[in-house]
Amino acid sequence: MKLSKLSTLAAATAAAATLFTAPAHAGKTIDAIKARGQVVCGVNPSLPGFSAADSQGNWTGLDVDVCKAVAATLLGDASKVKWTPLNASQRFAALQSGEIDVLSRNTTWTLTRDASLGLNFTGTTYYDGQGFMVTKKSKITSAKQLKGATVCVQSGTTTEKNLADYSKAMKLNMKPVVFETQEATNKAYFTGRCQVYTTDASGLASVRNKEATNPDDHLILPELISKEPLGPSVRRGDDEWFAIVKWVVFALLEAEEYGITQANVDQMKSSTDPVVQRILGTSEDTGKLLGLDKEWAYRAIKAVGNYGEMFERNVGPKSALKLPRGANNLWNKGGLMYAPPVR
Amino acid sequence: MKPARPAPPKKRDWSWRSQALRSVIYQVVALALIFGAGYYLLGNTLENMRLRGIKSGFDFILQPAGFSIGESVIPFDSAESYGKAFAVGLSNTLRVALLGIVLATLLGTVIGIGRLSRNFLLRTLCGAYVEFFRNVPLLLQLFIWYFILTETLPPIEEALRPLPGMFFSKNGLQFPIPVWAAGHAFTLAGLGFGVLACWMWLRQARAHFESTGKNRPVLVPSVLILLGLGVLGWIAGGSPAGLDIPEKSELNVVGGGSVTPEYMTVLVGLSIYTAAYIAEIVRGGIQAVPFGQHEASAALGLSRGMEVRLVLLPQALRVIIPPVTSQYLNLTKNSSLAVAVGYPELVSISTTSLNQTGRAIECIALIMACYLTLSLLTSWFMNAYNRRSLLKER
Repeated sequence: MKLSKLSTLAAATAAAATLFTAPAHAGKTIDAIKARGQVVCGVNPSLPGFSAADSQGNWTGLDVDVCKAVAATLLGDASKVKWTPLNASQRFAALQSGEIDVLSRNTTWTLTRDASLGLNFTGTTYYDGQGFMVTKKSKITSAKQLKGATVCVQSGTTTEKNLADYSKAMKLNMKPVVFETQEATNKAYFTGRCQVYTTDASGLASVRNKEATNPDDHLILPELISKEPLGPSVRRGDDEWFAIVKWVVFALLEAEEYGITQANVDQMKSSTDPVVQRILGTSEDTGKLLGLDKEWAYRAIKAVGNYGEMFERNVGPKSALKLPRGANNLWNKGGLMYAPPVR
Repeated sequence: MKPARPAPPKKRDWSWRSQALRSVIYQVVALALIFGAGYYLLGNTLENMRLRGIKSGFDFILQPAGFSIGESVIPFDSAESYGKAFAVGLSNTLRVALLGIVLATLLGTVIGIGRLSRNFLLRTLCGAYVEFFRNVPLLLQLFIWYFILTETLPPIEEALRPLPGMFFSKNGLQFPIPVWAAGHAFTLAGLGFGVLACWMWLRQARAHFESTGKNRPVLVPSVLILLGLGVLGWIAGGSPAGLDIPEKSELNVVGGGSVTPEYMTVLVGLSIYTAAYIAEIVRGGIQAVPFGQHEASAALGLSRGMEVRLVLLPQALRVIIPPVTSQYLNLTKNSSLAVAVGYPELVSISTTSLNQTGRAIECIALIMACYLTLSLLTSWFMNAYNRRSLLKER
């Protein structure tokens, strides 16, 4: 219940934070993280597969692993992360006000957000698209049948606009019911207030798997109505920090491409492949250019594995979500994941 | 008798001992501090926002909003502007607040009088009502009402049909509404004449009472006059009978008027919660009337009902109005909790706008301006009413 007022509060805090804090200086974030000994990471409180905490307070998920990798790179320990659960409408305020260092919360990269919110997206960690979920009982099999349907949406998302666009383009006249928190949105859908639930397809899979009494009673419709590149973002005005978060993710992708895994990373250190040598810092010192040491990427891979392993473990076909690799495969395997070379 | 000595001419004393000078200095310093702080905060904010590349300004108001709104009194399309979206949010807030104020006042007055009843059961029930609803947090009450509505009502496929043409389900209440036709102008005119005629009847009745001391019936004739003239107007207008009857479509009910479960939750929750406070205020107001007034009305032979209506309430109103005004303001502001159950009121719309545009400071300033305007209007109206009900000194 406290969440409902929180977003207004968060926005007010953001306003207050810009009112009172002194102007920012570049490089400040890394110093602050080192002094504090922790990376503060904004995550989704309940999106199993991307980020969720178990009963012992251990966080797991794809978004979570990004933060762990960054912590391992910068502080040498993947557990040195302070997790800040945020709902959709709180997240940007939390980043702007300096409450968190990095936002890794299934956030879509869009022009408005990139250009006007005072943040920088560091890349894409999951290529997604917005979908619809309905009950199998309703006998709906295509989004084109959703004329006049009531749709549950979470506020503060790109979803609201996509829904309006799609509804208009297809003349469906769908009625949104907008909730502040993911919990409230889930509840409204599962009590039957809405006939349709809409969010990113990966989110639908996660919600169906976690919240439904019987996941097989619900169907995710085949249509994806938008492009949703999800990725981490950092506050503007600190290019050093921006570069580190960006290159940690690239290094994890490079690691997959060149076959470096969590298990073999130590043996790979004696590899003679010059690319592998560069990634693991056994030849060239790439870390120095980022303000880090030689083994920066080694620590990230050692902590969470390469991108492919992260995907498999959290959301892939063998996990509870059973999402296909699809567009998130490497570029040379038919996907969109392409990292600039580490050199 | 000695003539009074003229007062010595006032000397302007500009020393530090002069109270006048010191008070001027204090005021200047206070003003300088306030403006200085404001200037610093504003400057610092703008500088911070510039450094972080956060865009600011109210230009987004005219941009197309791009999202749609589930329910509104004013039709809204996603291609219309953020400004229009805010207006829709405000209208949804007003829709809840105005009706909520009326319902809470009626319910609160009844319960408040009930607490003073001589009937044990009634008194206890009213007391329990007040204690329960006043002591459970409003947000929790809203969740409970919403839960009851969405959990217990049947899905749209098996909607309850209390009356032909009506649907009651998880999708809310859909009901037939008359289609506007030119003939309805006559109906409205008839009703207008009805109001006028009622007013004249009331005047007559009062004049009759004051000259003869006898009461004429008021309520039943007024209602009859009003309805009769309304029906006459409707017949004169060619008795347009077009109704917009909701019909079952594949996934929903289309046409007719409609009230969503979100709106019902917020309206019921706010009215019931605020009524508990108003009941206490009404009770306090009545008890503030001296007991002698009760004895005096008993001595005059007034019935209990007449006593309450003619003696107690008019005097109690003077005590009741100012705190009830605060409750009206509270109700309006509490309507912002509606965002928790998905009702698209002002705060909900501005949260969405804030998230789509990133203009946090601007959106919050807009919310503040809207609530401030609403509150000032309410208190201005209630203060005017309060002045009318003050003790007239003749």
